[in-house]
Amino acid sequence: MNRMSTDPRKTDHPTVRPQKIRKNTVRTRLIFFSLLALLLLLGSLFSEQLAPYDPYLQDLSNAKAAPSAAHLLGTDRYGRDMLSRVIAGSRASIFSTLLLVAVIAAAGTLIGVFCGWNGKRADTILMRISDIFLAFPGLVFAMAVAGVLGGGLHNAVIALALISWPKYARIARSQTLAQKESAYLKAARLAGCSTWQILCRHLFPNILGPILVTAMLDIGTMMMELSALSFLGLGARPPIAEWGSMMSDARGLMTTSPWITFAPGLAIFLSVMIFNLLGDTIRDYADPRSRQ
Amino acid sequence: MEAVLQVKNLSKTFARKGRPDVRAVEGVSFSLLKGECLGIIGESGSGKTTLVNMITRLLDSDDGQILLNGKDITRARGRELREAYREMQMIFQSPAESFDPRRTLGDGIGESLRNSGMAAGQVRQKTAELLQTCGLTDGFAGRFPHEVSGGQCQRAAIARALAIDPSVLICDEATSALDVTIQQEILHLLNDLRRQKKDSLSILFICHDIALVQQFCDRVLVMYQGRIVEEGLPDDVIRSPRHPYTQRLIDSIL
Ligand SMILES: Nc1ncnc2c1ncn2[C@@H]1O[C@H](COP(=O)(O)OP(=O)(O)OP(=O)(O)O)[C@@H](O)[C@H]1O
Ligand SMILES: [Mg+2]
Repeated sequence: MNRMSTDPRKTDHPTVRPQKIRKNTVRTRLIFFSLLALLLLLGSLFSEQLAPYDPYLQDLSNAKAAPSAAHLLGTDRYGRDMLSRVIAGSRASIFSTLLLVAVIAAAGTLIGVFCGWNGKRADTILMRISDIFLAFPGLVFAMAVAGVLGGGLHNAVIALALISWPKYARIARSQTLAQKESAYLKAARLAGCSTWQILCRHLFPNILGPILVTAMLDIGTMMMELSALSFLGLGARPPIAEWGSMMSDARGLMTTSPWITFAPGLAIFLSVMIFNLLGDTIRDYADPRSRQ
Repeated sequence: MEAVLQVKNLSKTFARKGRPDVRAVEGVSFSLLKGECLGIIGESGSGKTTLVNMITRLLDSDDGQILLNGKDITRARGRELREAYREMQMIFQSPAESFDPRRTLGDGIGESLRNSGMAAGQVRQKTAELLQTCGLTDGFAGRFPHEVSGGQCQRAAIARALAIDPSVLICDEATSALDVTIQQEILHLLNDLRRQKKDSLSILFICHDIALVQQFCDRVLVMYQGRIVEEGLPDDVIRSPRHPYTQRLIDSIL
């Protein structure tokens, strides 16, 4: 019998190399998408300097002009330069989204850690509340809330925040429950840490990974939902340059001047895709199986 | 002799939904004398970990009293409890899990010192000394728990427990997770520490191996189903066990 064929060291070898290759591609993907996301972020930060024209300057004599050398993405029904408006709109879309995701991730995590750590009544009540939010389809609920609050970009952000924190609370809670009884937290207590110190120094860094990954994957979704609310007239309102409301504004001209809808649509599509792929890559990177 | 740790009538019952309650510890009383090494042996599930978790106040007791250096800590919380932890430390059953996976061993060893207000430079120096005492080079301070072997990790755990110079050291099966040769090394280390510290260190040594207890302890308690069923000098207990469980325990290793 050839015993070498069942030797685990033999079979070990071929599996090591693909993993290494995979790891490297994950890292290049991470760098690539991080750079793209950074580019988007910088673009929205310096949108005023980047825009070739004033995004709010009307020129009715040059309305609904098709893309040309002077106006790369054409002009809208008031003759405003579409490229400038798309660039200006990135601020509302991207910054509001990042702020939104940061707020819901932080708030949800705090609530989740609180529930998981303390248990008892407060836990039961808060988790039932989060069940209610999770039971509804998100966007429909957000529409209802934004409708009650009465539209506007701020209110759209608030509406989405109200309905989106439970996901983070769930993750943080289950992570907290999983770590709560672990020996290293007990050791920290014996080392004289107060509960607050244990949470900040030890528990929090150990549950951060999955929350961060969820937040990254959520950026694209939130961007889309924010634009959707604006498209439905429940978010940013004209004349404010925001991709969703720009698309909504131009949808009547879809057949005659499609570029007015097309430009912000493409912007939404590209940025949602970039942030989603970045989130995916970070998840792959954080996965311990792709490490080592 | 003066008692550094007194446990009176300690009890714990775990309530479980839909199933009968587990009486993990029932009316356990004993004293740990100054400079003594007291062994507690008992089979798996006899309530040893529950008992020491109550003593270290990681778990609330249902009934009974715990006195540390004459001070009642049965219901101690917050600052009072942190004061108690400067006198009482524990070495956990699984060394690797008792260190924060995201922090270095040095960070874990120095934590109690930092919490007691020692300056960073001094903490670093003391950590290096402690590592040396426990038979590790000071390079281990920068390693993560997953980068060291079980035995090395347990040495670091001992260094951490000794950092603030406690008068009571509790070892909850400190050697069970290690293989036999490493077990002996750790026992040698603990023995050296005892010789060094003499009366200023008392050890509560939880174990399920009666041979280790005989080798290491001055006195032994036998625990069975949450109760203490026998007490005496290890040699006496082994030579003439009075409880049938102790008899079985001895038969199983001879
Ligand atoms: N949190 C808990 N809830 C319910 N039952 C528990 C809990 N913790 C311990 N028990 C039960 O209490 C009894 C004593 O457990 P304990 O962990 O103290 O035993 P042990 O002597 O330390 O065992 P081992 O040698 O395996 O560590 C066991 O029957 C166990 O199932
Ligand atoms: Mg145990």
